[in-house]
Amino acid sequence: MSLIEVKGLKKSYGDVHAVRGVDLEIAQGEIFSLLGPNGAGKTTTVEILEGFRTRDAGTVSVLGFDPQSRGHQSREWRNRIGIVLQSSADAGDLTVLETVEHFSGYYSNPRKVDEVIYAVGLVEKESALIRTLSGGQRRRLDVALGIVGNPELLFLDEPTTGFDPEARRSFWALIQKLRSDGTTILLTTHYLDEAEALADRVAVINNGVIIEVSTPAELGGRATSQATVSWRDGDTVKSERSDNPTALVSKLSSHFGGEVPELVVTRPSLEDIYLEMIGETHE
Amino acid sequence: MNKIPSALSLGIRRGGLEIRQFARQRESVVFTLLFPVILLAIFGSVFKDTIAPGVTFSQYFLAGMIASGLVNTGFQALAITIPLERDFGALKRLRGTPMPASSYFIGKAILIFVSMVIQILLLLGFGILFFGVDLPTDINKWITFTWLVLLGSACSTALGIAFSIVPKSGRGASAVVSPIVIILQFFSGVFFVFTQLPSWMQQVAAIFPLKWLTQGMRSVFLPDSFASQEVAKDWEAGKTVVILLVWLAIGIFFSVRKFKWDRD
Repeated sequence: MSLIEVKGLKKSYGDVHAVRGVDLEIAQGEIFSLLGPNGAGKTTTVEILEGFRTRDAGTVSVLGFDPQSRGHQSREWRNRIGIVLQSSADAGDLTVLETVEHFSGYYSNPRKVDEVIYAVGLVEKESALIRTLSGGQRRRLDVALGIVGNPELLFLDEPTTGFDPEARRSFWALIQKLRSDGTTILLTTHYLDEAEALADRVAVINNGVIIEVSTPAELGGRATSQATVSWRDGDTVKSERSDNPTALVSKLSSHFGGEVPELVVTRPSLEDIYLEMIGETHE
Repeated sequence: MNKIPSALSLGIRRGGLEIRQFARQRESVVFTLLFPVILLAIFGSVFKDTIAPGVTFSQYFLAGMIASGLVNTGFQALAITIPLERDFGALKRLRGTPMPASSYFIGKAILIFVSMVIQILLLLGFGILFFGVDLPTDINKWITFTWLVLLGSACSTALGIAFSIVPKSGRGASAVVSPIVIILQFFSGVFFVFTQLPSWMQQVAAIFPLKWLTQGMRSVFLPDSFASQEVAKDWEAGKTVVILLVWLAIGIFFSVRKFKWDRD
């Protein structure tokens, strides 16, 4: 069953066609990542799904509800989703505990406040005023406020910007925990390794259209793409792309009589594939 | 499945939170609440004239300061702080939760009402102690005072929320809002005796709520005989109610229809 269904979505700002016909289906329980360069239509698409913007054309259903309708049903709908926005710096004069507690009061079935604070790793900062928090701690508070309502669907916009590597790892563990609890997550991120670590499926958007939807491992024919074998031959580094890298390596091995100097075999990373994809469509 | 909390109960919770946040911002507490008292002290000490039998300028000025306190703590404070909250992304975040807009507005109204009551008490206390202001003994005057404060603060809150649409950024808000308030104060007979102002100024002031609030407050704190010194030779209570209600309706209309949760 699809939790999010988008067909033929279009949105322009004056002469700028930000979104030019996007189709998306996101299934219940998956982590779906939307990738794309700045200005690709990523934020506009997500903000339409979040009910922050209206669309010009197309149909959108999020949890069976049209996000741009208003009224009491819209409150019921917001009660079932959580949104972690890109930046917010508000309410610096409240403590972490006060803020999470207050936001939990907006929802009909909130998570327990202390469990949420524990899950985002802010137990030691619970009584600290928000303005004393570091950037990464503030971000974790943003996440706490996004999940405290116990949402069925969570929007995460660039969640780990400004995190140190360790904080990112523990954040990823938190997101995986949420998925195993059944939360569907729509993640937008600039970090390709983050998408690779977390996402069940990724979509690449550029110039307002979706170029491809796939698993991170298969995106852009990555799983079946040629490997690159490189080695040193005398003074020069040689490299060759090959469908049969193992055969090439064994040929090289007999040529060198054993060890191949500086042997490296690589397949394209998600980042290589992604850059190639958005590079192509720029032309 | 539990029910979503009602808009009113969330509004009351928001009011509590707003007051807590406000109380922790010491500079703004001191500025908002004490500034009118400081102004009262300065003007009351400089102008000691008697402007009518039994009425000193400081008494006249106290009535004006209480009225403009309604404008300062409501309209001015909201029209400056809401654009800041918008810049910080706080409003957009709230918009993404099931909290309805009405709860946000109720919370602001509670904050404004509480800070107005504190400010009025400070001004009255100061006036009684240092400028020989006598509190009215007539119960009818207190009834007038009560509806003036309730209607005035409601009007000021609604217009402050509505006007928060105008400043493009939080930084520029003060530059847009403060001059309007100061000019209104001059035109509405807060700093000068209203009847001594040029008549075009009086006519401009009569469009806006502050003139009616100051006149209403004079009807509470000055002797009844002073009514003959007003432009209309009367306190014009009925007209005051009508004009405040019209502005309240305008404020609510724009707050509900045009409120901006996001920068663009």
